[in-house]
Amino acid sequence: MIESYLRQSPLAHLALAAHGPGSGKPAGVHMAERPFPGLVNLRGPGDNANFHGAFKAAAGYDLPVEAGATAGSANTTALWLGPGEWLILDARGGPKSGPRIAESLRAALAGISAAVTDISESRACIRISGAKARAVLQKGCPLDFHPRHFAQGQCAQSVLARAAILLHMTPDETAADGPAFDVYVARSFAEYTWRWLEDAAREFGVARGER
Amino acid sequence: MLVIPCPHCGPRGEIEFSYGGQAHIARPKDPEKVSDAEWADYVFLRDNTKGVFLERWCHVHGCRRWFNVARNTVTYEILAAYDAGAKPPKLDYETQV
Ligand SMILES: [Zn+2]
Repeated sequence: MIESYLRQSPLAHLALAAHGPGSGKPAGVHMAERPFPGLVNLRGPGDNANFHGAFKAAAGYDLPVEAGATAGSANTTALWLGPGEWLILDARGGPKSGPRIAESLRAALAGISAAVTDISESRACIRISGAKARAVLQKGCPLDFHPRHFAQGQCAQSVLARAAILLHMTPDETAADGPAFDVYVARSFAEYTWRWLEDAAREFGVARGER
Repeated sequence: MLVIPCPHCGPRGEIEFSYGGQAHIARPKDPEKVSDAEWADYVFLRDNTKGVFLERWCHVHGCRRWFNVARNTVTYEILAAYDAGAKPPKLDYETQV
């Protein structure tokens, strides 16, 4: 494992915190990196009640079983990825949250045929929010971003400008701020995806940082 | 772009999928017993149907699961999508051309 003092988030080299705040005009889009999310891939028998029961006993909530559904507690959120596959995440967890989630799940699922894999270091998380966030994502992604089709708390795996992404429309923003999406992308695509989004958002005015 | 109804995720853009060719190609049970011609037929030869064609797709940028689709190769209409390993649905193949 990498020495924790050497560890950098995937977009650290862009020194985003050192950038100016934007033009001063009202920004249609806010963009920020959310460094060090805890991400654990969970695979297991989706048709097995013991599996679901063991997860609920450990996490405190039921695994979502509908396509694109999410569920969660104050500690973690579970995103449906496919039949029998979920991502258990703590978006603000910090560098130790991945191993922590994985350990507790492994203990809870002992004896059940399931796979728990910490993938925290493999992804970057880009938060894009604001009134024009849907319009920006729509430029490069074939999903339908109309609020009827993509609502708060929903997730989907798709492509953005040809890069594979996992999208999560987070439930923790107020309607007045506009929608907020967390875009998870492979670490090696982080800078490409950031620059693509930044360019696509330019016409609406971009501000760096979370709103 | 085709809109392909993934049996798990629902309708999605074609760009999220990869194509897997003709569906329901069974591997010979005793490969060592078949002739070279039969083996070549299994490995290389596929139907080139005008009309309803049963084909494999993988939702590579979504749920990453393989499934089968019945698609009309003339109109590009997708008539059914069903799980890999399942039997094809009953369709009126003749009148769909
Ligand atoms: Zn799918």
